[in-house]
Amino acid sequence: MRGHLGQRLLQVLPTLLLVSILVFCLQQLMPGDPALVLAGEERDPAVLAAIRTELWLDRSLPIQYLHWIGGVVRGDLGFSWRIRQPVIQLVTTKLPVTLQLGAMAFIIAVGIGVPMGILSAVKRNTKWDYIANGVGLAGLSTPNFWLGIMLILLVSVKLGWLPPSGYVSLAEDWRQSLATTIMPAFVLGNAIAAVLMRHTRSAMLTAMDQDYVRTARAKGLPERVVILRHALRNALVPVVTLGALELGTLLSGAVLTEQVFSIPGFGKLIVDAVFNRDYPVVQGVVLVTATIYVLLNLLADVLYVVINPRMRGA
Amino acid sequence: MRRLLLATASIAALCGGAQKALSQEAPTQTLRIAIAEDGDVLDPSVARTFVGRIVFAGLCDKLFDLNEKLEIVPQLATGFEYTDPKTLILTLRPGVKFHDGTDMDAAAVKYSLERHATFPGSTRKAELGAMDKVEVDGPLKVKITLKSPSSPFVSQLTDRAGMIVSPKAAEAAGKDFGLKPVCAGPFKFVERVAQDHITMERFPEYWDAKNVHFAKVVYQVIVDNSVRLANLQAGAIEIGERIGATDVDAARKDSKLNTAVFPSLGFQSINFNLGNGPKSKLPLGSSALVRKAFELSIDRHALMQVVYNGLYPATVQGIPAASPFHNEALKVPERDIAKAKALLAQAGVKAPVPITLTVSTSSDQKQVAEVIQSMTAEAGFEVKVQATEFASMLSAESSGDYEASAIGWSGRADPDGNLYSFMYTGAPLNDWKYSNKDVDTWLDAARATTDVATRKALYAKITTQLHADLPVLYLDNNPWITVSNKKLTGFRPIADGMIRIQGMVLAK
Repeated sequence: MRGHLGQRLLQVLPTLLLVSILVFCLQQLMPGDPALVLAGEERDPAVLAAIRTELWLDRSLPIQYLHWIGGVVRGDLGFSWRIRQPVIQLVTTKLPVTLQLGAMAFIIAVGIGVPMGILSAVKRNTKWDYIANGVGLAGLSTPNFWLGIMLILLVSVKLGWLPPSGYVSLAEDWRQSLATTIMPAFVLGNAIAAVLMRHTRSAMLTAMDQDYVRTARAKGLPERVVILRHALRNALVPVVTLGALELGTLLSGAVLTEQVFSIPGFGKLIVDAVFNRDYPVVQGVVLVTATIYVLLNLLADVLYVVINPRMRGA
Repeated sequence: MRRLLLATASIAALCGGAQKALSQEAPTQTLRIAIAEDGDVLDPSVARTFVGRIVFAGLCDKLFDLNEKLEIVPQLATGFEYTDPKTLILTLRPGVKFHDGTDMDAAAVKYSLERHATFPGSTRKAELGAMDKVEVDGPLKVKITLKSPSSPFVSQLTDRAGMIVSPKAAEAAGKDFGLKPVCAGPFKFVERVAQDHITMERFPEYWDAKNVHFAKVVYQVIVDNSVRLANLQAGAIEIGERIGATDVDAARKDSKLNTAVFPSLGFQSINFNLGNGPKSKLPLGSSALVRKAFELSIDRHALMQVVYNGLYPATVQGIPAASPFHNEALKVPERDIAKAKALLAQAGVKAPVPITLTVSTSSDQKQVAEVIQSMTAEAGFEVKVQATEFASMLSAESSGDYEASAIGWSGRADPDGNLYSFMYTGAPLNDWKYSNKDVDTWLDAARATTDVATRKALYAKITTQLHADLPVLYLDNNPWITVSNKKLTGFRPIADGMIRIQGMVLAK
């Protein structure tokens, strides 16, 4: 087991190194000179030269890369060129925001999507099925930013129930935190709920046609037990896989929702950094995201082995 | 020689008296200001964004400020005097403290001005380019020697170049000063959460503390126009800047809100590449007749009506209507398709004339470009709209990789700030490489004299010549649209677009 873990860990390092090289090289392809962006209306060549020198932009690309990766190895991700805050501070401030938003959205998505999928399958070709399908289709085809603005106008402006935007951390005030994140979480969760609902329905329909479900019914089990214990348990396997994939999307794909609700999360951080050619932030965020994904994969691999020792040799 | 404005100081003193009742108890309220984007670093020597200037208005006082008539009024300095055209004496306000408790005196002013001019990566160098040296001429007197006479110099001190920072804090923090700026403004820096908010708390020792009626101010970043308005409607913020023109009707209909639409110092324009690389050799760059034809094919008033609900006044010059140097003789030409076609024929250019117009990715800029595309097609132009994000656009302009490019400029109080850097031969922002010796001579002459009538005559010549040469097609003087809660009073609509918290009061 220890050997397997060591082997997997050894694979992690080259993966991260490759990611770091890729992100560093890819951003060089972007048009736009960071020194020009930073200098604003000041175009004195001496000022531009001073900016380039300070940021190592006047060195060759390999030297720039080594300078940056050397800092990373020492635990220093550099500082934002735009606002001069350390990248590590930006990452540690934004990541919990996105994680909270993602987790809440996921809970909402599962809470709506799976029961609706079950209902739709069980009540196939009834009005419940049509309603569930209609709601699912609406959820899939509603743009996030539109739904967000409509919710703000209805819930915050007209009804005055929730704050229209902004973010308060759980540690600061958990009630206010939930109040500021429930609408964006619903908007994000809504589209995923629709996808989960469609997949749950289809998986349930397949499962309910299986012999073991027929057998369960023949044994005289109550319909509730047949559906929840026999059909759903098997139908959930592909749904769980899809849910895990969607959870990953939530972490990186919340940009529009973050923008509409002024949530200072990871997505907004990286998009703004790209637009402002704030390279250290782009590099830092991508590297941290990649590390999280790689570590989660590693954890999954380790768990497979723990559960099934036969996979040690795989 | 010019003396500053005792009358203004007296009026300020009177206003102070009127506010006395309000200042008797320590304020407890928080003012929440919605800003349209996150600013850059909060160091006045290197800051460059417009939104950053709004935040600085609460944090860092300047030597001078502007009033509603765009007159220069005292702030940290109480007056100025030219003892000769190249020697400027500033008199400083006594008893002013920085947020760290140190004194704001002549030594601090010398330190700050020199820091702005020499700090590595400073974006204030061009603004203070006329400054030769700064000397302490007494505890509250500063002597500035200019390289050559410069009438716009004092107006530069009404903006970031005039912000005075604590030398002690700046020395200690070095390049990281912007992480925790220490100035002499009404509020002290508390925290900044990037892309979310900047919080400041009242500075009790502020020299004008009696006019500050909030315990805290929070600058909340709300990027989306509609969401900024929704926050105002829901009472989640008290005041929001740069509300969208299309949201003004909704704001005006809301009985809880005040909507201020007021002139700015800035403009929106289309800049033609006249001499920067191969793309300047295309018809638009090489012929003033083609540019004139392009202008005559556009109905600016209709364009403003369609895109900005008629709120943006059309213009043909870079000096805004709010400025005393505005050239009133220059009128927006009527659309004239027949004349435009005739000009194209005179230039020997065959229609359709292909043009690539680069615009930013903002929805209103794209809409402006699309309307222009449609209007100019009738005269024989075939405009291709290329939407590009800001950093790429900046690089393309700088390297000459563009034919025509639409930009906006927030504007400066002195007309020099709207023209010199853009139109003088070889000037830093003259990316289109326009060069006209007469214009250069007039621009230099307008800098060298302080006589208002002479300067006005010179700027009339400059704007007329620019309208003939058309290196830049000015479209509009975009106004500021600021919406506030009706409970908030005391907002002063000044053309620089800043939100001055002094004097603002929120009814309970």
